[in-house]
Amino acid sequence: MNYIWAFIIGGIICVLSQILMDTTKMLPGRVMVTLVCTGAVLGAIGLYEPLLEFAGGGAAVPLTGFGYNLWKGIKEAVDSDGFIGLFRGGFKMAAVGTSSALIFSYIASWIFQPKMKR
Amino acid sequence: MQQMIGKQSIEFTNPPGILSAASVVGKKEGEGPLRDYFDVIYEDPTLGKDSWEEGESELVHQACLKAIEKSGLKKEEIRYVFAGDLLGQLIASTFGLKDLDIPLFGLYGACSTAGEGLALGAMTVAGGYADQVLTVASSHFGSAEKQFRFPLEYGNQRPLSATWTVTGSGAFVLSGKKCEVVIRGITTGTIVDYGIRDSMNMGAAMAPAAAAVIYQNLQDYRIEPGYYDRIITGDLGKVGKGILIKLLNDNGYDIMEQHMDCGIEIYDNQEQDTHSGGSGCGCSAVTLAGLILDKLKSREWNRVLFVPTGALLSTVSFNEGQSVPGIAHGIMIETRGV
Repeated sequence: MNYIWAFIIGGIICVLSQILMDTTKMLPGRVMVTLVCTGAVLGAIGLYEPLLEFAGGGAAVPLTGFGYNLWKGIKEAVDSDGFIGLFRGGFKMAAVGTSSALIFSYIASWIFQPKMKR
Repeated sequence: MQQMIGKQSIEFTNPPGILSAASVVGKKEGEGPLRDYFDVIYEDPTLGKDSWEEGESELVHQACLKAIEKSGLKKEEIRYVFAGDLLGQLIASTFGLKDLDIPLFGLYGACSTAGEGLALGAMTVAGGYADQVLTVASSHFGSAEKQFRFPLEYGNQRPLSATWTVTGSGAFVLSGKKCEVVIRGITTGTIVDYGIRDSMNMGAAMAPAAAAVIYQNLQDYRIEPGYYDRIITGDLGKVGKGILIKLLNDNGYDIMEQHMDCGIEIYDNQEQDTHSGGSGCGCSAVTLAGLILDKLKSREWNRVLFVPTGALLSTVSFNEGQSVPGIAHGIMIETRGV
């Protein structure tokens, strides 16, 4: 059942993003930023946490999950370190995701060459 | 010897001729409906080089060599080259032409560059400043996507109004000698800005500029659209074509019957999934060098108004929220003796 809910919730997030892509003039970058911000806001008002427990990877993998993570990192850091945590928490929490994206892209660039779209 | 006509046109007393033309294209263009008209089709998108940009330079180089070869001239007999492309600081032209050792005028007219080059080249020859000149324009899908939209590795989705940048380069040798096909005159376009801000809908941004230059050409020469066998715009695509026809209709000219768009002709939209059609400097350049000059040489058509269209944006102006102004240049290409 976990898998099914992950699929459904993750799918709904993707469908909503696709609707933004197809029906508005928003460029992909803005759609992505919107997702991250939405995740952070939903986290702040306490809605993303239960969604994450319910849907697991379905809510963690899309960019909204990244936004939620940023917010969570900042919150925890502020709680423990005070004001300075505002500048530390987000980066700390996002470090694994961001660095792995960089490192894996670099490895991929050793093996693959960009190709023309068909 | 008055050669100015009307508000912004020139009618050459001794029309310079198009001595030869060459079109060099990529794989997708080579699979399209115009495949039989092109001189060389390259399967490899980088032409054996390391990057899209170097590949585009090689397209420029090959197109120039081919055009010179077909003209029967030696490259030393070409006095100037007028060249342009879409990349920042014209690197495709620069690296493609540096070994040719011909005096260069680098041009930026976005996708209207083929027309800008032909206009200035024709003026140079008609004015007696050169007996032969070369004009060339190029674009490349990979390098243009990388610069203006998203790198191909990113795998971005394309909306239906988006065009597909043509991988190709068209080169032309203009000459004062007697030629089958001549440039009777030109109408130089103004910048027209309707405030369009959508970089994925260039057709709509450029159509008003094309309408303005076609209108002015007809006014300056006091002719009706029926004078031409074809009025051929560069890369308006399907969206832009509708706007162009409507704008000219509103101003009293119906060009429905004569109008053709290189961007629509160059791909089979259904088969090749190119959405709104082809675009880029190479689009109008290779269609002129291939299809249009062929039809003129066979005298199937005798009078063509060639109107390459350009969107004058940069990635900086666009990201800072500025509009996409358009420009278009009208080149009257006719067979000798009509």
